[in-house]
Amino acid sequence: MTTVVESVDTTALAVRTQGLGKRYRTKWALRDCAFELPAGRVAALVGANGAGKTTLMSVLAGLLKPDEGTAVTSGRVAFVSQDKPVYRHFSAADMLRMGARLNTVWDQTRAERWLERFEIPLGKACGKLSGGQQAQVAFALAIGSRPTVLMLDEPLANLDPLARREVTAELLTEVEETGMTVLLSTHVVAELGGVADYLLLLAHGRLLAGGDLDELLARHVLYTGPKSDVPPALGTVVEARHRGNQSTFLLELPEDQPRPVVAGQWTERPVTLEDYVLAQLAATRKGIGA
Amino acid sequence: MEFRIDRASGLPAYLQLVRQVREALRLGWLVPGDRLPTVRDVVASSGVNANTVLKAYRELELSGLVEARQGSGTFVKAALGSGDPEVMAALRTRFAEWVRAAREAGLDTEDIDALVRSVLTEGEGEAVA
Repeated sequence: MTTVVESVDTTALAVRTQGLGKRYRTKWALRDCAFELPAGRVAALVGANGAGKTTLMSVLAGLLKPDEGTAVTSGRVAFVSQDKPVYRHFSAADMLRMGARLNTVWDQTRAERWLERFEIPLGKACGKLSGGQQAQVAFALAIGSRPTVLMLDEPLANLDPLARREVTAELLTEVEETGMTVLLSTHVVAELGGVADYLLLLAHGRLLAGGDLDELLARHVLYTGPKSDVPPALGTVVEARHRGNQSTFLLELPEDQPRPVVAGQWTERPVTLEDYVLAQLAATRKGIGA
Repeated sequence: MEFRIDRASGLPAYLQLVRQVREALRLGWLVPGDRLPTVRDVVASSGVNANTVLKAYRELELSGLVEARQGSGTFVKAALGSGDPEVMAALRTRFAEWVRAAREAGLDTEDIDALVRSVLTEGEGEAVA
């Protein structure tokens, strides 16, 4: 059994895991997790509570030792945990000074720009800042360290809708300028359209799906029509719902085949990320136990 | 121009951008020679991933509507005309007749919409197959 967390410089891949597993006592929080995240992507890590998202990020960040498998990340990794930690008695300026001392690479301008953008007072003790402002200080620290891979655990939680949009836009601007790879976990799936371009879906510590978001969604379709036990086209049924005399199927279409034409009383519509994630979560709720 | 992403739409974000550029061309907001906003501008103003914007611009380039000029940006190359005005007028007249016939048959706007949509989808399916 190998238990390695190593940093390797690869240009094409930002993260690669193989057979990754992490156990808390007898319960596996993460199992058989294998995926490759190409560099420069903005990946959304999605899954129900307790699916293993935080465990996966902590292992990738090197904060937890895996019990089996390997995780390889390229370059420098920055990780902002869900509680957005700051020192209560440090001011934002102190936090940046600390960042400058503790990191081998540090971009003060970039970190300051983030704080300015969100109008965070530099001199005030972090303990006296609002929760949202503390989060901005934690983000500024992570951005200042110029990571190759930036991991954010629930970055948008506790932010108001406007701040969520602004943080997202600012983050994507940083990605565009620096070419870093982002892995962010979130429950706010509906806001990911156009933001994330890669999806990692976890359920019960296992990777359910992973890949380019557009390609993934293009392979799925929603059919609604008269009550039926079988869908109107060939494919794998991800979710089937029957209400009264109406049936709805979320279907994964077979690869490398033209899109089927469904005639008659059936209507089809494209699958949104939210449709897909909800269907997958519902399907696995009572699925493979841990 | 400013892009917006409808996150409830099943249409991939990059295709939404493509559609918005095409719409701007059709409506004459964009004309040949105009420069599309830089990827950075779009990212900052609409909160869309740079990869998404690049994918949209590549798609527009492939369809010959825009061209990327090294170092200076992406420019509109062709107009998206709505076709020959005479042909358009003829099509409109025939379509108006068809709508009148549909109404006489008792179809309301929603019925007509559903019918048109189903024919359009059928066409798409055939085009692929």
